[in-house]
Amino acid sequence: MPGSLVRQFNQERIVLALTVLLFLIFAMTLPNFTNANNMLSLLRSVAVLGILGIGMLIVVLGRGVDLSMVAMMTISVAWSLQLVNTGAGLGTALTYGLLFALVMSLVCGLLIAYAEIPPLFATLAMATFVYGFGRAYLITGTDVVYMSNDIGWIKFLGQGYFLGVPMPILVALMVAAVVWLFLKFTKPGRFIFAVGDNAAASRITGIPLRPTLVMQYVMSGGIAFIAGLITATSVAAMNTRIVNSNMIYDVILVVVLGGVGLSGGRGNVRNVIVGTLLIGVLMNGMTIMDIQFTVQNVIKSLILLLAIVADSILNPRDEQTGQQGDI
Amino acid sequence: MRVMKALSLALTASVALTAALPALAQEMKDPFRDAALESLKGKKIAYLPISIGFDLAQAWGGVVKQQSQVYGMEFSSQDPNWSTDAMAQGFTALLAEKPDVIVTQNPDMQSLARLMKQANSQGIVVVQLNMAGAVQTDAVVAPDFIGMGEQIAQKVVEKCGKGTDTSHKVALVQGVLTGGVSFYQVQGIEKVFKENPEIQLVSSQAADWDASKARAITETVLQQHPDVCAVIDVWDGQGVGTGAAIKQAGLSEKVFFITSGGGAQSMCDMLKDGTFSAAYNYNAVGMGRDAWTAIMVALQNKQGGGAIKTQMYSPYRYMTAADVKDGTCWNAEDYAKILR
Repeated sequence: MPGSLVRQFNQERIVLALTVLLFLIFAMTLPNFTNANNMLSLLRSVAVLGILGIGMLIVVLGRGVDLSMVAMMTISVAWSLQLVNTGAGLGTALTYGLLFALVMSLVCGLLIAYAEIPPLFATLAMATFVYGFGRAYLITGTDVVYMSNDIGWIKFLGQGYFLGVPMPILVALMVAAVVWLFLKFTKPGRFIFAVGDNAAASRITGIPLRPTLVMQYVMSGGIAFIAGLITATSVAAMNTRIVNSNMIYDVILVVVLGGVGLSGGRGNVRNVIVGTLLIGVLMNGMTIMDIQFTVQNVIKSLILLLAIVADSILNPRDEQTGQQGDI
Repeated sequence: MRVMKALSLALTASVALTAALPALAQEMKDPFRDAALESLKGKKIAYLPISIGFDLAQAWGGVVKQQSQVYGMEFSSQDPNWSTDAMAQGFTALLAEKPDVIVTQNPDMQSLARLMKQANSQGIVVVQLNMAGAVQTDAVVAPDFIGMGEQIAQKVVEKCGKGTDTSHKVALVQGVLTGGVSFYQVQGIEKVFKENPEIQLVSSQAADWDASKARAITETVLQQHPDVCAVIDVWDGQGVGTGAAIKQAGLSEKVFFITSGGGAQSMCDMLKDGTFSAAYNYNAVGMGRDAWTAIMVALQNKQGGGAIKTQMYSPYRYMTAADVKDGTCWNAEDYAKILR
């Protein structure tokens, strides 16, 4: 039946089709695009975005949003680097950085779960707080913290290779695999879907609603720290200025693009991977074509709009699919 | 006889002089010092860069603050943290506070132009750092970015231009397209490349001042053009990413990578470890001194804000690893401490 065939085309498949289409066009028109090394650098350039997207996924599935991820990753990792520069051992510095990210996101989670502050505001405020606190008390010098060359094994995460594959890609894949397993096979993972789908009903069935919410934010904080480590070790510096950039929107972009519903309960790691791949193919192709930066942004946003329009035509919203509180 | 007379006269004179010397030394005074100190004392300097968190602004402000304290002036600073809006608001607030001097940094050509004009008409001395706005005020302290861009391009032409056994391919990593530091350098670079048509500009991309973006762009460009001869990055803070990509592609020896910056310690470190092949250093501490000079000129001459307008082009120098010695670069942390 053609009707059901059309129904099959949800946003994830549309975006996947778009990615494949773009890939084929680039492969035919651009020299060296399908070159193995170019494929690796394509994947590598979106590895951090993908890791952050997976952290965001955990929160979005529970019908939240975490706008503090970029601030969290920047400040926690920059602080770790600074501690190393001022003489702390690498292990100690990393522990402090990770703890900072976890504690801050724990506070954020508590505010959302127990004080019932909407996630949009709580995480936005937390992003400003983390950045402000970090710049005022932790990273008091220059806003770019450089990594010393002899920092040790951690450098391998950003610059190393394993079987010819750059480590950032492998770390991203590992994070994806762990989160996929967590969401699919563990009880807390399944709870996240339930909580996101219908918080009231899940509570009645005995799911620990508030602890589940807190857990989501702590997880996204921890994942942000991992993403930060990759960012910093790849370029041997952590630039805290990226907190002011629109990176967090790019993270939301790959999550939404892949078809994860912002209304919660709908989506999986696969969606984030598809969304990330589209951005990766697009950015890589446009860099090879040497398209101007401003034009790149126009193209990127047009493709996003295209994906959303296609989705809303093929899967029109109605009273059943639309939920109150949809963003 | 006349000779004898002259001799004895000279003798008496010299004896008299020798006797009088100690007394003279006691009374000898610098006749201009009091007036100069008086014109500086108690004056208010307001410092408003686009952010106080980055190395350049720390050096400029640090030097000016240190000197202003020596001469009994009041120094205050604000941190708009890269927000042009916050900066314009801060400037408007300063117009009401009426300090004697505003030291500021244009985020772009237009944002502060009207406000700076207003400040000048109120008699406030305005010193602009690193980039000239659309209005000329008492002083603009900045390296001549267009000229520096031309020189950077000249160096690249030397390495990769006509007569060299290279691919003549060059890649350029810009900052934010509208930012003056990037815009003017690129203007100079492109002018020279136009005059040297053998140079082939294979990529000209903006990395948004973000080292990670610069790294990703450069990695892709190097995949496409592994025979690239030179890479230019318009700012060393972003250049760490560009340099990392070149290094990880194993092309550090082959690719001539040139960038520019204010000469903080990180620049020396990167030159030394080979991340940068060469760099133009526009010494931000020196710029702080230039700004301080401009303030002294304006205040001591008491002509009021905007009476004399000067473009003060700060010196810059070409550096390679061979020029790096202990103390060649300055430590941003030292100046950050002064500002705090």
